Amino acid sequence: MASVTYNHVWKRYGDVEVLKDVQLEINDKEFLVLVGPSGCGKSTALRCLAGLEEITEGEILIGDRVVNDVSPKDRDIAMVFQSYALYPHMTVFDNMAFGLKLRKMPKADIEKRVNEAAASLGLERLLHRKPRELSGGQRQRVALGRAIVRNPQVFLLDEPLSNLDAKLRVQTRSEISKLHQRLQTTFIYVTHDQVEAMTMADRIAVMYKGIVQQLDTPQNLYNSPKNLFVAGFIGSPSMNFFNAKIRTDGDNVFVDHPAFSVQIPDSRKEVYRSMNGKDVVFGIRPENIHNPEFAPPGIVKAAIQAKVDVTELMGNEIFVYCIAGNTQFVARVDPRSNYTVGQTIDLVFDMTNFHIFDLSTDAENPEAVR
Amino acid sequence: MKIFKSQRVQNMHIPSHIILVVWSFIVLFPIYIMIVNSFKTKFSIYDNPFGLPEKWNFKNYQYVFTNSDFMGYFMNSILVVIISLALTLALGAFAAYALANWKGKASNLVFFFIVAGMMLPIRIASIRLIQIVKTLGLLNTIWGLIPIYVAMGFPVSVFIITAFIRSVPGELTESAFIDGAGRLKIFFVIILPLLKPAMATVAIYNLVPFWNDLWFPLLFITDEKSKTLLLGVTRLFGQYQTDWSRVLAVLTLSALPVIILYLLMSSQFIKGLTAGAIKG
Repeated sequence: MASVTYNHVWKRYGDVEVLKDVQLEINDKEFLVLVGPSGCGKSTALRCLAGLEEITEGEILIGDRVVNDVSPKDRDIAMVFQSYALYPHMTVFDNMAFGLKLRKMPKADIEKRVNEAAASLGLERLLHRKPRELSGGQRQRVALGRAIVRNPQVFLLDEPLSNLDAKLRVQTRSEISKLHQRLQTTFIYVTHDQVEAMTMADRIAVMYKGIVQQLDTPQNLYNSPKNLFVAGFIGSPSMNFFNAKIRTDGDNVFVDHPAFSVQIPDSRKEVYRSMNGKDVVFGIRPENIHNPEFAPPGIVKAAIQAKVDVTELMGNEIFVYCIAGNTQFVARVDPRSNYTVGQTIDLVFDMTNFHIFDLSTDAENPEAVR
Repeated sequence: MKIFKSQRVQNMHIPSHIILVVWSFIVLFPIYIMIVNSFKTKFSIYDNPFGLPEKWNFKNYQYVFTNSDFMGYFMNSILVVIISLALTLALGAFAAYALANWKGKASNLVFFFIVAGMMLPIRIASIRLIQIVKTLGLLNTIWGLIPIYVAMGFPVSVFIITAFIRSVPGELTESAFIDGAGRLKIFFVIILPLLKPAMATVAIYNLVPFWNDLWFPLLFITDEKSKTLLLGVTRLFGQYQTDWSRVLAVLTLSALPVIILYLLMSSQFIKGLTAGAIKG
């Protein structure tokens, strides 16, 4: 049981900066997910914590202890790798017992711990088998079991579900969540899959280009992304973006796009009033674009027109890929809607749920203004 | 239709089968000559060199087994080969482990320096080697041969084992590292068991040249007690006549251990040679 702190951590390989001033405070017993596209530094961040990579600058603390110079085995962590990294010539039992044997634990205790862990993961019958005789899901559980028996302060999981098929992945996802609740230990979990991050995490750290873009609860990350990258990364299908301009007209504030002009409701307009004439990115999630016929009551509607490009019926909803001006976007509309490709349709934006990103803050990854 | 197809596939193998049959014949014929003639008498070889012996004659083998000199040669050869192989494997594995884990530019330089040894025949350095062995006081002992054989086998050994260790996924060692194993422990408990095919390959690859080497014993050893088997056989070559049946009996016996070892290790050998190609 311990908290983990990244204190201004930098990692450089020559001129390449992989981690840039990473600051994270991970609470005791928290399930933190590091998520980001490949090459964003999330795995490196984890490997630095495990002690497999040295950090160039800064401090990493486990509990109150600075572990920069502590060897991996003395950090009291356990790690589950993407490839599981099971020792191919050892049985499941020996794989799980390996770390305990090295720590010179009495044999009876080892057996007790391994058997307990195996029972909790449903591996009792497989203890004498070699990894190659196991299925992917079973190997994955052995890898988890090997971490559990160590009873570590911090669990590190590096994309543990990537090698499983889609169905097993969903199932194992909930098993790992249950495991976290049962063990009451700090979990740090790396993935590139935002769905995994959203479903499992207490808090998510979104990483991009070596920088922690935002550290927050899944709910806050979804509702109030701090910048364009986070907004686009979290959520599926991802948020629609329109290059637009802010315009004030008398008392009212508008967002102007070549294909539409929408008014910002009174409750939010004061924030944007001073931005008159500024280039912004207007962001709105697919589920906040409705067919006017079936739009829920109580939303602030702003009507637009768009041309249908593709429709995908999902059963409970339809994804409509549309073009407005030169911008492609997707709307998630009521399944009763009846659209044909090429048709020009009326849609409404729910103006209580939109995001404005100010391009003058950063042209590539502008920050949200709210 | 299916039958037709499989017949066609089989037909396509015919030329390669013919080549293999001819090749096997070329390889096996001298062995056949060696074995059948070792059971003939000194003079019947000349009457009938290719046929089976009219009467199986075991006197040649009896001679070899009862002659204490030959048993001594045998022991010397076995000792030299086993120690040389053990050292080649041990040093090769250690060096390969270091090289495979050493992520620096110098690592590749050292690697190529060692592997370049595969291209240089060690025999061109024979004169210097005699001087070194003499200075060390190892002339006329089997101990002078061992370091030379180890040097001969080392490059191939490093070459094959390094490639093999590099194909072992890094996460495996990292996992053991986190589990609390040190570098040596990881080598002995994780890496070494995975190296079996590579080790078998190196062993077989070096076994034949070590066992069959005549050159260095001929240069270094004149003392009867220290002669190796192949050097010992030369005693049977007389100035005026050679007792071929005895020579062939000794050679048959000397080929046996190599053949047996090869049969035992061949499946591992093939695994080792193909390991670099397919990761896993």
